[in-house]
Amino acid sequence: MGASILVADDEPNIVLSLEFLLRQAGFRVRTVSNGEAALAAIAEEPPDLVLLDVMIPGRDGYAVCQEIRANPDWHNVRVVMLTARGGEIQREKGLSLGADDYVTKPFSTRELVERVRRILGAARN
Amino acid sequence: MLASSFLLVAAAAYMGLLFVIATIGDRRAVTGRSLINSSIVYALSLAVYCTSWTFFGSVGRAATRGLDFLPIYLGPTLVFCLGWAFLNRILRVSKAHRITSIADLLASRFGKSGAVAGLVTVIAVIGSVPYIALQLKAVSTSLKVLHDYQGGLGGSGILRDTEIWVACVLALFAILFGTRKIDASERHEGIVAAVAFESIVKLVSFVAVGLFAGVVLFDGFGDIFARASAEPSLAQQFKLGGPLAGIDWITMTFLAMAAIVCLPRQFQVMVVENVDERHLDRALWLFPAYLLAINLFVFPIALAALLTVPKGTDPDTLVLTLPLVAGYSGLALLAFLGGLSAAASMVIVETVALSTMICNDLVVPLLLRCGWLGLGTRPVLLGIRRAAIVIVVLLGFTYVRLVRETYGLVSIGLVSFAAVAQFFPAIVFGLFWRRATRAGVLTGVSLGFVVWAYTLLLPSIGSQGWLPRELLEHGAFGLSALRPSALFGLDGLDPVTHGVFWSMLLNITAIVGVSLFVDQSALERGQAALFVDDWNGLKRDEGRLWRGTAQVADLVQLVGHFLGEARTREAFAEEARRRGRDPALLAADAGTVNLAERLLAGAIGSASARVLVASVAHEEPIGAEEVMRILDETSQAIEYSRRLERQSQALEATTAELRRANERLRELDRLKDDFVSTVSHELRTPLTSIRSFSEILLDNPSLEEGRRQEFLRIVVAESERLTRLINDMLDVAKIQSGSVEWHMESVSVAAVAREAATALGQLFRDKNVALMVDLPEDISTTLADRDRLFQVVVNLLSNAVKFSPKDAGRVTLTVVNEADGVRLSVADNGPGIAPAHRDMIFERFRQVGDMLTAKPEGSGLGLAISRMIIEHFGGRAWVEDAPSGGAVFNVWLPRKRAAASAA
Repeated sequence: MGASILVADDEPNIVLSLEFLLRQAGFRVRTVSNGEAALAAIAEEPPDLVLLDVMIPGRDGYAVCQEIRANPDWHNVRVVMLTARGGEIQREKGLSLGADDYVTKPFSTRELVERVRRILGAARN
Repeated sequence: MLASSFLLVAAAAYMGLLFVIATIGDRRAVTGRSLINSSIVYALSLAVYCTSWTFFGSVGRAATRGLDFLPIYLGPTLVFCLGWAFLNRILRVSKAHRITSIADLLASRFGKSGAVAGLVTVIAVIGSVPYIALQLKAVSTSLKVLHDYQGGLGGSGILRDTEIWVACVLALFAILFGTRKIDASERHEGIVAAVAFESIVKLVSFVAVGLFAGVVLFDGFGDIFARASAEPSLAQQFKLGGPLAGIDWITMTFLAMAAIVCLPRQFQVMVVENVDERHLDRALWLFPAYLLAINLFVFPIALAALLTVPKGTDPDTLVLTLPLVAGYSGLALLAFLGGLSAAASMVIVETVALSTMICNDLVVPLLLRCGWLGLGTRPVLLGIRRAAIVIVVLLGFTYVRLVRETYGLVSIGLVSFAAVAQFFPAIVFGLFWRRATRAGVLTGVSLGFVVWAYTLLLPSIGSQGWLPRELLEHGAFGLSALRPSALFGLDGLDPVTHGVFWSMLLNITAIVGVSLFVDQSALERGQAALFVDDWNGLKRDEGRLWRGTAQVADLVQLVGHFLGEARTREAFAEEARRRGRDPALLAADAGTVNLAERLLAGAIGSASARVLVASVAHEEPIGAEEVMRILDETSQAIEYSRRLERQSQALEATTAELRRANERLRELDRLKDDFVSTVSHELRTPLTSIRSFSEILLDNPSLEEGRRQEFLRIVVAESERLTRLINDMLDVAKIQSGSVEWHMESVSVAAVAREAATALGQLFRDKNVALMVDLPEDISTTLADRDRLFQVVVNLLSNAVKFSPKDAGRVTLTVVNEADGVRLSVADNGPGIAPAHRDMIFERFRQVGDMLTAKPEGSGLGLAISRMIIEHFGGRAWVEDAPSGGAVFNVWLPRKRAAASAA
């Protein structure tokens, strides 16, 4: 059975495309559209990886990432941050908060899937 | 009649008492419990002004000339009552510079000039000798009167030569108590104590005679006046002289005003012997009160004497003969002691003051010039002073013997006053006019003195028959214009008034005239600044320009020779402490050289001190040019630093401005970064969907048709969104940059609203939102761009649809007339806008949605654009709560003015 992935983004079309791509790659996918829902979904069943948009409504991506890292039960959860805002500062902030990777929109679908696989593979090893 | 032996014993006993008092005074000073540290003693010592001239002479003058004696006491009273600032200034400046005498004061002010000091000293001595003679004469006369009355032992050898004995005793007293210490700026407490005591005796004895006349001899003072006015021969006593009496009064008052400051003995008690400046405050009324008390009885005594004493009695002895005639020899003895006190105090203080001046300002400079003043000369200085005292007293004695009694006591006194009054203009100018120069003062005082000698001294001596009568009666060289009593044809004045007028006129004119045309030397300039601008003595060390080389050891040694090693070392150590330095490291600079000069000035006067210090300090003369250069440089430096200050202030202001601008820029930069970041986000979001779905379609050619269609629709919709976004952003940019073409015309708001409602009808139906339109017919028109206004209404309506609950949405579009405009409102029944967000939502990219629902569609620029458009029309856009719970977006537009619509 494939690894489970939580997609947290408030753009329905982006969520739709990610869901399609990741399912196609063999992952189990759940989707949410705001920070609180993301944390609720993780608490319900911690996924192997969260694709987390920085600019989601409610608690933003950074806050959610911090929360995940603060919870020892969730230390196996990988976090890949997604952002439409460019810039090194955002990237570094994301990584310093404990994200495993940081992907800028728009992204190459193949590359995104590849990165997700690599992160999950590294975690498994 | 009193036995001569008894008289001599009484006089000797009284002098003995004075010696005791003076000794106690000096002892107390040494132990630090000063007898004279009191304003009362100070005021009493000032009463040294009242000499035998007052004691005997006032009554004499009142007996011959009526009220003429009064101006002599009016002058000092005026000075003390009105001249506090002037007296205080003299006191301050003298203490600051350790001034030892009136000559020293003027010399110090005018560049520490030896010439000024010498001139003033010579005049003071010449002017004072007759005055001292007067005192000796008064004592011997009064002794004689007491003894000879009713024909006693006419030819007692001792009493015939009383002047020489009196002179010897007073000289001894002055030497004993006046020349103990070398530092002349230090006080002679014994003398001051004795003088104060004598002032009490003077007052008591004079008042006693006065009361005796009023109470014992007559039936009250009213009785005296009544009987005097009944006596035809006394009528003239009640008149105020002839037509020129006014001028004489003014002259005498002026002379007395000058004398109270310029007389060597007055300067001595008022300034040099002053213990505490604050004593002056009380003396300001105490001293005039003393004068008043002693003058109160002058007139009654004179009248009483004229009524009782046989005609032909010397008017200047009436104070004694009045009690004698009545047979009260005890009272006469008291009166004699009062007169003796008056004479003794004057002679003692005057000779001490003059001896200091003679020593410091005549002999020492002479010795210095001849190189005779070695450095082991402390005792020599005291010897010089003692000799000076003896010489002055002997001069007085000689004068008594040579000059017969032509002039009354008062007249001799006035001649003396006129001599020292020559210093008065110099003092006033010196203290208040910075430009007054040494040359001016030397010229003025010399001229005044020459005129004084010619018009006043010459006649008083000339009447003795030593000078050709021709000179006195017809003037020098037979020129009537040079007659001593009527100079330049000014005839008919009282001799004193005449002499004072000419001497003062020339004196003042010369000081002012010469000062205006002759430049000051560097030293003069410095001293002038110290005396005129810094009379408090605050900056005396900084005020001096000094350049030269000196060794502190040399200075200490030099001063030590005069003041003693221990005191000198202590003074220099104190200076070092004041500067916070180790005494051993004290440098020989302007400050220490000044200190040495100041210390020496207290002993030998400023002019001599300067010469002495210069001999050790190898001072290089500073020329006027150099001073000008230094002043120039200083003023340039001041100007430069002022300019720097102004510039640095300007710089600070500019810096602050720049900082503000920078902060503003940084804020703008941050806003711009935010904006760019937001725009980037807004553009990347649709791009992300477009790219993702395009890649999915590309990578999955075998995708089922349904999905394929769905994904392609998304790509198209997101492309449209991107296009909209770009259009809106361009719109914002265009409005902001002012490059939008506005087609302003008269627009019916109601018509535009109806069109917009119609255009969006399909959207409302699609979303199943009810649209109510309330558009009255009589809506005013406004001036606007029709298309842009349409854009605003569409934006508001589509927002309302967006936020209205699906299927239950209700939107109301209303237009109403208001006082001076039209209001268009769009109300919905959506979630409403929190008050905190009501302004924010009009900003760019500030969408406020329900965080739990999906993001609202739209660029986030619609409201920002709407507000910009409405504001361009001169209106306002805002949001408020709808009564139904949702939000109401309002637009207010100004009514088009009638004139404009007509046009």
